[in-house]
Amino acid sequence: MRVALFITCFNDTLFPETGKAAVGLLERVGCDVEFPLEQTCCGQMHANSGYGEDALPLVRRFVDVFEGHDAVVSPSGSCVAMVREQYAALAKEAGDAELLRRVEALGPRVFELTQFLADELGVEDVGATFPHRVTYHPACHALRALGIGDAPLRLLRNVAGIDLVELPQAETCCGFGGTFAVKNADTSAAMLTDKLRAVLDTGAEVVCSADNSCLLHVGGGLSRQRAGVRAMHVAEILASR
Amino acid sequence: MTPSARPFPEAAREALADPQLRRNLRKATTHIRNRRAVVVGERDDWQELREAGRRIKAQAVRHLDRHLEDLERSVTARGGTVHWARDAAEANAIVARITREAGSREVIKVKSLATDEIGLNDALAGHGIAAIETDLAELIVQLAEDRPSHILVPAIHLNRMEIAEVFRRHLPGEGELPSDPQLLAAAARRFLRAKFLSVGVGVSGANFAAADTGTVCVVESEGNGRMCTTLPDVLITVMGIEKVVPRFADLEVMLQLLPRSSTGERMNPYTSLWTGVREADGPRAFHLVLLDNGRTHALADEVGRDALHCIRCSACLNVCPVYERTGGHAYGATYPGPIGAILAPQLAGLGDHADLPWASSLCGACYEVCPVKIDIPAILVHLRRRVVAEGGEGHGRLDPERAAMAVLGRVFRNRRRYETAQKAARLGAWPLSKDGRIERRLPGPLAGWTAVRDLKAPPAQTFRDWWRASGRSGRDGDR
Repeated sequence: MRVALFITCFNDTLFPETGKAAVGLLERVGCDVEFPLEQTCCGQMHANSGYGEDALPLVRRFVDVFEGHDAVVSPSGSCVAMVREQYAALAKEAGDAELLRRVEALGPRVFELTQFLADELGVEDVGATFPHRVTYHPACHALRALGIGDAPLRLLRNVAGIDLVELPQAETCCGFGGTFAVKNADTSAAMLTDKLRAVLDTGAEVVCSADNSCLLHVGGGLSRQRAGVRAMHVAEILASR
Repeated sequence: MTPSARPFPEAAREALADPQLRRNLRKATTHIRNRRAVVVGERDDWQELREAGRRIKAQAVRHLDRHLEDLERSVTARGGTVHWARDAAEANAIVARITREAGSREVIKVKSLATDEIGLNDALAGHGIAAIETDLAELIVQLAEDRPSHILVPAIHLNRMEIAEVFRRHLPGEGELPSDPQLLAAAARRFLRAKFLSVGVGVSGANFAAADTGTVCVVESEGNGRMCTTLPDVLITVMGIEKVVPRFADLEVMLQLLPRSSTGERMNPYTSLWTGVREADGPRAFHLVLLDNGRTHALADEVGRDALHCIRCSACLNVCPVYERTGGHAYGATYPGPIGAILAPQLAGLGDHADLPWASSLCGACYEVCPVKIDIPAILVHLRRRVVAEGGEGHGRLDPERAAMAVLGRVFRNRRRYETAQKAARLGAWPLSKDGRIERRLPGPLAGWTAVRDLKAPPAQTFRDWWRASGRSGRDGDR
């Protein structure tokens, strides 16, 4: 199956390891991965910060780049939720019926990586080995806006050697929220503190998620505290052998 | 009443530093949240109920003009009097005039957000009329000269030790009162009973009003509200115009959704329904004040108007990770929490509270629990766009954020500029970073971030550089 990788600007620039892991995983399960180099940013930061006008050209660009592909897969639940849940509203707001038609045709073919593996391809055991104690933080957009359910957990449970422990209050937001972490830095920090306490209480060596944006925040907090706990994208665990 | 609002981030910082407040809020919201989850979980048809509730409110708001005129006719036909109030000043003047004409210097009040919103108590005081709150928590807040901090639990920010202190100080003859909940309730009862039996005017809000029958509905837990709606000779109800529902039968759905979502009960202890006036039973005069106060501003916004569907259950407050940490006062509005963040600015025509749409991480927990399915995150994002487009709340033409967003927009619109920017980010971070991370505290907009977190520095190779170097470039989709 031919699959286009939508890496996201964030992962492209800051988390190349996640992209490499995603490519490795998709190839392992028999996909033929393409990476359209014209891709940049889906426009989520602009759209969520109040700059819908600046987001609109990025919506058009995304559709131009990806609409020729049968399946588009991304290691970010948040950016996939942007494409699936917000593109139509932006096209409507702009009064662009043609764009609306195109985003509605493309949206259902854009998948979050773990959802694509577990639900679309039906692969729950990717043959990974990761002999560590791990806890999983469900990123809000993947969980609520996208509804990926327990796809990441089903994949993680099949990893050889893993000691998967439940995160208390797992579904509570970590406090990242994009520009929220900057504009409401104190509230964001208070939310982060509670999330870090929950992570540390599990005794895990690794906290993972299907979104590196949360992990930039959670990992940044753990690193500042010298907590000795690593933040890792689920894809990187699943790619380990 | 809406106090002159401080910016949310500033008010939040102060609230976050109060350990007693943090503990009180965590304890109370966790308790209500868990109760709600249990009673909602036992209904297999909860999603169908939510959808039914959404439809009823959507229909009510879409044809609001018609339903309000129906309501006026129904209430008038049953012996009530309907008043129309454009804003807080008009509504307050109507209540003051009716009270004066009834020859009373006091009113007893059912817990009501609409009257908080218009600052009725202060306005009546200006007319020499004392308003006495009879809901226990509202009474506590009133005696303490404090402000409510939660839609359902106005004194959620106080614990019983703090409440006992308020009573000892402000209730006559209770100077030695211990902080035992039962004794506290008994003290309030002694004070309130005298008022129930002597005051001639009652003031309430409304949870619902059925247009077809003219029936007003108030739900509560204590029974004190019912005292106010049945004992005085004159009853005045102030209700926001969006509280109308088309049919009496709609209450069947609403009265299942509301208690489960708000107090986490299958049914609330007291549901009072009254229709006009009746001889020899209840008040002899009934006045219904229909309040706009900005609601038609919200109605004009095709996306934002869904905020008017709110039935004030407060489920969104109890699940909100921001509310749980900052409490309600930080929002500086009558309606705090996620619903307040979309309702308060709209009622003010975006002239006030315009920073509240940003007081959210967009985690979506509020939407998940809303009994009438208001898509709060979508409306938050919509209002952010409106505030930015209208140049309000520090989003003027020369705002540095606007400039930065415009630059980034240009970068992302062009592959070459994007790849150049990736290199620039790496070079810019290089002198600041050590072992792949930035540990020092940065100035400017990243100050808040680096105060408590390290910042990952861009690694030497981007993903796309790796892709090109991996020998896969023949399959890069560059056609």
